[in-house]
Amino acid sequence: MSMTDTLHDTAAQTAEGLPDKGGPAQPLLIVKDMQKYFPVRGGIFGRTQAMVQAVDGVSFEVKKGETLGIVGESGCGKSTTARLLIGLTEKDSGEIIFDGQGVGDSLNLRDLRRGVQMVFQDSYASLNPRLTIEESIAFGARVQGLSDPIGRAHSLMERVGLAPERFAQRYPHEVSGGQRQRINIARALAMSPRLVVLDEAVSALDKSVEAQVLNLLADLREEFGLTYIFISHDLNVVRYISDRILVMYLGEVVEVGPVVSIWEDQAHPYTRSLFSAMPSMDPENRTKTPPLTGDPPNPINPPSGCRFHTRCRFVDTVCKEKAPALRELPGRGGHCAACHLHDPDSGHDKAGREDIW
Amino acid sequence: MAIAETIDAAPAQRSGYWAGVASRLRRDPVTMICLAVLALLILSAIFAPFLGLQDPYKGSMIARLKPIGTPGHPLGTDEQGRDMLARLIYGGRLTLFIGLMPVVLAFFVGSILGIVAGYAGGMVNTVIMRTVDVFFAFPSVLLAIAISGALGAGIVNSLVSLTIVFIPPLTRVAEAVTSGVRSLDYIDAARASGASALTVIRVHVIGNVLSPIFVYATSLTSVCMILAAGLSFLGIGVRPPEPEWGLMLNTLRSAIYVNPWLSALPGLMIFITSLCLNLVSDGVRSAMNVHD
Repeated sequence: MSMTDTLHDTAAQTAEGLPDKGGPAQPLLIVKDMQKYFPVRGGIFGRTQAMVQAVDGVSFEVKKGETLGIVGESGCGKSTTARLLIGLTEKDSGEIIFDGQGVGDSLNLRDLRRGVQMVFQDSYASLNPRLTIEESIAFGARVQGLSDPIGRAHSLMERVGLAPERFAQRYPHEVSGGQRQRINIARALAMSPRLVVLDEAVSALDKSVEAQVLNLLADLREEFGLTYIFISHDLNVVRYISDRILVMYLGEVVEVGPVVSIWEDQAHPYTRSLFSAMPSMDPENRTKTPPLTGDPPNPINPPSGCRFHTRCRFVDTVCKEKAPALRELPGRGGHCAACHLHDPDSGHDKAGREDIW
Repeated sequence: MAIAETIDAAPAQRSGYWAGVASRLRRDPVTMICLAVLALLILSAIFAPFLGLQDPYKGSMIARLKPIGTPGHPLGTDEQGRDMLARLIYGGRLTLFIGLMPVVLAFFVGSILGIVAGYAGGMVNTVIMRTVDVFFAFPSVLLAIAISGALGAGIVNSLVSLTIVFIPPLTRVAEAVTSGVRSLDYIDAARASGASALTVIRVHVIGNVLSPIFVYATSLTSVCMILAAGLSFLGIGVRPPEPEWGLMLNTLRSAIYVNPWLSALPGLMIFITSLCLNLVSDGVRSAMNVHD
């Protein structure tokens, strides 16, 4: 298949995807106060003993064509957020607005799934071992009733760098990890989505393959006009692919902002510790900020006030009593942080001081 | 590397999954031999009236318990002087039917219940699995006798009771395998593509759970034949003079000191049949496994 054919097919696929409703200024995704508590059952009658507050009041926006990186420790609610966005887990409360349409009111789940697709971390577990690769890729398109699922699968395989004539009839165990993740990407794209959620999609790959897949993702974003939500624990990878970064801690958003702004100056003490834990390439530039100690507190019974106060260097009385709201930092291009230190009226004794860091 | 190149060089096969299973089965001599034996048993049972055998019901007071190799009776005669060869072949009809049918029925019912319970989880799972657990409280023999006794004697009733006996273990196995598969990412990916639960089960669940359930079901067929024989012995299953291997084994047990080889013949038939069934199920399982 020649290059022009591929491009032609691509155009046809975009045309079959969900139409752009709100125009370029409308954010593709708006999440408002999304909340998900998982019940912990126990006892003889399996009654709910406690609630794990996996995602608690998360709000953010994703603009059209941008990549939002979500970072945080394990168990901070990154993956639950992803599953809530795509409707695999049902949210308790909050709103998800996809291109101006509220999910649940004007946009049903089935249509949302044509607009949003997901790539999972475990490339092996995310492919049915009994389906050939072309069948796996074509499945979604078949379910949605799109035209020529197999042809679509072949052109996407070509696009992600897997020759259809060699790979189409193979089973997942017959290809390598990097190839499997390419298949997963092709599978997600076969639905012509507008938003792709990449949940640790490159974390399990070795470094050289990871770089190839990242470059492929960047190319595909250009070519198909995609928007990404990129979940990872690897800050360097997130920096490479993202336009903005969102930092989560214990089910809450603690900081969100443009990648450059966050890279230069992390506003939240947690983000700062997260970045200081990243090894430097320069032996002269040793880690100065003490890294975090201990594990995150139990999300069943999170700390009062600011959830980070148990591990924060700058903890003050107000932190234990009042939860800080996400505030925009002045003159930082939309960089927001949820910390009393940045609110002069919060009552924190070090609030507004720049010399403490 | 050489292996990889060979795979690459091979022309792309257009055959489906089941064609692949069949071609892998053909390369397995043990399974093919066992399949042939089973086919022979089943065909001879079906076409027994056309094989020129003696009447399996006609006894003779003077020709009782003749040993194997007696002229006119190649496999001897039983305790009422009936020809053993004819009875064994005719007996295959009822034995195979009662031995296989309950397991086949229970395989369908149990798989459906187990897959639904395992896939749906939550309340549906609790209701199905706790109901199934009630049946586990009774030993299978006792349960079969109790149900058969309640329904009354007869072949149909023993079929029903044996089916009920084998539904719980098959449901249990189906549920366990399904809930394992359910948690894998490819199920989430399929759900995320907007497929209905039924489509996800049909395309992504069944193919991945059926082989362990199938293997377990085939291993139950031998148990089922023995149970059916037990019911017949108690007078709540097949009744004399119908030829049935389990029943024959039971009636011939009094002759074990007089003519032990003869008494062992129905048991040998049960043994050969269940061995073949087990080996075939093993072979089919590995043929269904695309990893090998």
